[in-house]
Amino acid sequence: MRNIWTICRRELYSYFVSPIAWVLLTIFGFLSGAFTYIISASFVRMTFESQMRGQSIPVNINQQVIAPLFSNIAVISLFLIPLIAMRLFAEEKRQGTIELLITSPVHDLEIILGKWLASVLMYGALLLVLLADYSFLFAYGNPDMPPVGTGFLGLFLQGACLLAFGAFISTLTNNQIVAGAIGFAAALVLWILNWTTSFGNSVTIQVLNYLSIVSHLDGFTRGVIDSKDIVYYLSMIFLGLFLTARSLESARWRA
Amino acid sequence: MIQVENLSKKYARHVAVDHISFAVEKGDIVGFLGPNGAGKTTTMRMLTCFLPPSNGRAKVAGFDVFDQSFEVKKRIGYLPETPPIYPEMSVEDYLTFVARLKKVPGREIKARIERVLERCAIADVKGKLIGRLSKGYRQRVGLAQAIVHNPDVLILDEPTAGLDPKQINETRELIRDLSGEHTIILSTHILPEVETVCKTVIIINRGRLVTTDSVEHLKQRGAGNAIQVQIDTDGTAPPDTVRQRLEQVAGVSKVIDKPQTAAPFVFEVQSLPGHNARPDLARTIVHAGWNLLELKSMTSSLEEIYLSLTGGAIEPAPKPAEPEVPAEIVGETK
Repeated sequence: MRNIWTICRRELYSYFVSPIAWVLLTIFGFLSGAFTYIISASFVRMTFESQMRGQSIPVNINQQVIAPLFSNIAVISLFLIPLIAMRLFAEEKRQGTIELLITSPVHDLEIILGKWLASVLMYGALLLVLLADYSFLFAYGNPDMPPVGTGFLGLFLQGACLLAFGAFISTLTNNQIVAGAIGFAAALVLWILNWTTSFGNSVTIQVLNYLSIVSHLDGFTRGVIDSKDIVYYLSMIFLGLFLTARSLESARWRA
Repeated sequence: MIQVENLSKKYARHVAVDHISFAVEKGDIVGFLGPNGAGKTTTMRMLTCFLPPSNGRAKVAGFDVFDQSFEVKKRIGYLPETPPIYPEMSVEDYLTFVARLKKVPGREIKARIERVLERCAIADVKGKLIGRLSKGYRQRVGLAQAIVHNPDVLILDEPTAGLDPKQINETRELIRDLSGEHTIILSTHILPEVETVCKTVIIINRGRLVTTDSVEHLKQRGAGNAIQVQIDTDGTAPPDTVRQRLEQVAGVSKVIDKPQTAAPFVFEVQSLPGHNARPDLARTIVHAGWNLLELKSMTSSLEEIYLSLTGGAIEPAPKPAEPEVPAEIVGETK
């Protein structure tokens, strides 16, 4: 446990001492702020218009602002997560510091968990920015609390799962850019898998849709926690970390 | 402290280390010598549990590097060829991290770091970012990293590579200093380093063990029976006459003419093993009425021994086919 924390702490140190963390926070802050503004502004206009026409369309801030906002943020994070994960192992290999880690009395699993945890916390810092955006919705509106909470949980799990795969991809190369590019492509593929639903409803398509990472977020954004989705995320995290461990071990045998 | 038996490392297409066996006693300081690509780094990586051996076994402090790697890792300090540093960290933060990683108890960390900062003479840069330090300082930070947990065994891969002469001297000084407390293996392809720092030398070439011996012993082994004589005959005799005369001296096996036309003549005299021909030589020369200018026995330097043992490979041995992956695994391998 202590080793995991030691490794995690050093990783966070590197995120925040180098520009990576600040650049990511800035980009994410800007994008999430812009999305929050655009979606809530159009929501406000829509409510005004419906009131002026004297119609009373049922409006729901949770369904019309928060749920779409979560979906949009999920896509933004697909783009940012490879940037968080790409350095995890690639940089250690390039610098040769991997030799320090592996020849220290720590288990591979502790190294992997420590690094993954740091990346998850880094991602968590991004979500805190989002929380600041949401505080405005709570200040000026009256949204339901639970769907917001589950939405964050969903985003967090999705991130944790992509980061596990990002860590795996990062073990494959000693070039951060390569790791980032592959990670980005992988995230993209996981994202567009659910577009196949428009082609029918065969078993293959159902399986592909199940594998798609964003389709599991829908429930969370509506305030529904489905065990199916939780199982999906947890098993994907496990698979990602398992592949990382295997890759690290096999690299040693081949080296 | 270290026992290595038939240790081998095979890659897909070549053998990097081929059945090496040696032993290192506690408190010894051993030089691991060989031309570039001889398998020094690979051997060290196996000793530090970074690479699993393909064959044979190695024990460090009584623990097997494969089966009990965790115990081995606790007891070694390792400085790879490129110091494993994080350029974005400050020296102090970095050493704190390594100390935690190496399981130095929390309350001792501060004291340990103070000590290694002082030992490695880097206390003046402890607050600086490692990335901003000069190469010499980085190397010393690398050394500090290796000794921060006070390991039994220190494994240093080319600790003086790329340093300037002054830094090289300081580093050697430091290593010699450390030898009191630790068993040290250091690899190098620089001979004087072994002569000045090490007690024992292990020479490997192309993955094979060439010899393992103490530095003293090795030098003696090379101390041939060659004697260099410088004679000035004042023009009374041509060099041929002188040579013939010298050949008749008891105990002399061979006289080699050094290609020199003008006086004084220089000869290399080989004496028979077990004979000390010097007194007789001197007497003969003086008797003949020539001036004996110089008479010295020639010790071949470690360098010559090394070259003869590694087959004169002063140039790096022809590079074997690169293994398929290593560069991808750890930044820069060779």
